[in-house]
Amino acid sequence: MNPAPLVALVGNPNAGKSSLFNALTGARQKVGNYPGVTVERHSGRFALQDGRPVELVDLPGAYSLEPASPDEAVTRDVILGQQAGERLPAALIVVLDASNLDNHLRFAMQLIGLGLPIVIALNMIDLAKRDGLEIDTAVLARELGVPVIETVAVRRRGLEELKAALAEAVGDGTLKLRAGHGFVHEDLATVQRRARALAVKAIVSESPARRITHSLDGIALHPVFGPLILAGLLFVMFQAVFSWSQVPADWLQAQFDALGGWISATLPAGFVRSLLVEGVIAGVGAVVVFLPQILILFLFILILEASGYMVRAAFLMDRMMARVGLSGRAFIPLLSSFACAVPGIMATRTIDDPKDRLTTILIAPLMTCSARLPVYTLIISAFIPERAVVPGVGLQGLVLFCLYIAGVSGAFVAALVLRRTVTKGRGSGFMMEMPKYQWPRWQDVALGLVTRAQIFLKRAGTIILFTTVLLWALASFPQAPAGVKQSEYSVAGRIASGVETVVRPIGFNHDIALALIPAMAAREVAVSAIATVYAIDANGDAAASQQLETRLGAAWPLPTALAFLAWFVFAPQCISTIAVTRRETNGWKWPGFMVAYLFAVAYVAAGLTYWTATALGL
Amino acid sequence: MRLSDLPLRKAAHISEIDWSSLGEAEAKRLRELGFDEGVAIEALHSGSFFSRDPIAFRVGRMTVAIRRAQASAIRVALA
Repeated sequence: MNPAPLVALVGNPNAGKSSLFNALTGARQKVGNYPGVTVERHSGRFALQDGRPVELVDLPGAYSLEPASPDEAVTRDVILGQQAGERLPAALIVVLDASNLDNHLRFAMQLIGLGLPIVIALNMIDLAKRDGLEIDTAVLARELGVPVIETVAVRRRGLEELKAALAEAVGDGTLKLRAGHGFVHEDLATVQRRARALAVKAIVSESPARRITHSLDGIALHPVFGPLILAGLLFVMFQAVFSWSQVPADWLQAQFDALGGWISATLPAGFVRSLLVEGVIAGVGAVVVFLPQILILFLFILILEASGYMVRAAFLMDRMMARVGLSGRAFIPLLSSFACAVPGIMATRTIDDPKDRLTTILIAPLMTCSARLPVYTLIISAFIPERAVVPGVGLQGLVLFCLYIAGVSGAFVAALVLRRTVTKGRGSGFMMEMPKYQWPRWQDVALGLVTRAQIFLKRAGTIILFTTVLLWALASFPQAPAGVKQSEYSVAGRIASGVETVVRPIGFNHDIALALIPAMAAREVAVSAIATVYAIDANGDAAASQQLETRLGAAWPLPTALAFLAWFVFAPQCISTIAVTRRETNGWKWPGFMVAYLFAVAYVAAGLTYWTATALGL
Repeated sequence: MRLSDLPLRKAAHISEIDWSSLGEAEAKRLRELGFDEGVAIEALHSGSFFSRDPIAFRVGRMTVAIRRAQASAIRVALA
């Protein structure tokens, strides 16, 4: 049987492509990757009126067929049938923002010139009407020579008409790209002028109307209130990450504890029980409890993005970023990196200038990602007393805040230095379209959150599970004779002793050396590693019932704990980040450089912290 | 007048763009964002209390932010 015909969704950024994609395919979506590049491939299925299934692929937003970024290159290559791993589309749906015809028609005209069957979705027609624009769709269709359907993707309007027109365009599914499938290269300026002339023809009337976006921008981009609102939003966001997550995180912890207790009570003591309780449940559980925090952070980021505010934030931050040689565009990837550096680094693709982009990638791991939270939280609650510095501001929270600030300051200093050395060059400046504000559709946000949750749980279920179990095995064998500590006698312990000689000068003990090795896979593994090791050491002991925090507090001196925190502010301990950097920079040179400079900074920072704390007699 | 000197909320149109003073990628992106001779333009917002950079313009029907340095390559005439 032939595969379902492929239909590609194409359009300028901000045309409402993703909403249309969600509206057409619903929850039946698949996120994959194009081979060789890190561009995500979003695809889904739906049925035409006659019941025929088609596969819809949502291509990255592009302004023209001449790519300025890896994302845009994929769009061009898929449309021209030159993308590895993708078949030639049987038809295109070209999405236009109805209130921005002058600009969006240009790309549509370039695409029509290719000769593929095309249906135009004149999207967000309601907003255009709200702005007082009246568009003659028939004129557009006649002049362009392709069907033009009015749609409002977020309200599910015009979808049936779109599917009907698409059924006709797909026809019997034979591919119709012109011979030679090259596109006629026409000067951008010429197409642009033709597009503008057509827009003038198609717009029947334009009455001045109150533009909501305009009034909102009056506040959001106000020279004084704008930055204050942004600062307030960021404060609420980080506050929420901690306060809202408390209840669900405690609940998850209780579930894992109950499960561990149940297994301990059910299974006889021995190999399997030890593996399950001390390896799997202690390890994976320690990480999964952070799911609520990660989801809350992503919730904010998704809403800020979908509403159109994120670009305003970039506008407000541009000046500050310019001081260290970056552009306001870097703000979005860097903010995402507070959740996780991997999507953050992938989001740098929207930065046109290669040096700006490289610098942003190199500093992204310094943003305090959610994987550091387990480590920070554990150490802080073990060593920092829970008392108020001033009423309402706790010491623990203050320390956590300082760790975030240390990461951000480190990133700015790193950018400043990098821009003057390895990524020297003239910045490309800042050019950004500012889309209209709109209410995010909660279904779209929910879909985004589900995807993030799946990715996180998959990681917890694979990398983290694997490394934790491996560590458990290495730390459990060979069995230590009576009187010798298991964590020192085992295979892992002996490896750690090697590492310890390197990290001894900066105050790290044997336990930390042991935790650092598996934490290379992912930072949060450090917590599960420590948990696993102490669980094994305590084996059957009365201490086993003790909280991990209490045990740590007794075992580590304070300077060591502080040095450990300083280390994690900078250390590039995350295989996924290194891997995504390799893919995004096409080679090992830059990830190699990144790992080297971050480890060097981490070593020095931890050392300085340790020596200072020791000298102060802490 | 240079676009960078255009006062806020004054209707104008682009009279000339010095494409040669812009980088190739920069020039292309400007074109894609609708900057062209003859297009109506209006300055909407500029910077924040730190400085007056960047500036948000309405170009045709779109709102686009660019930096002052780039805006100085564009000449405008008040409508």
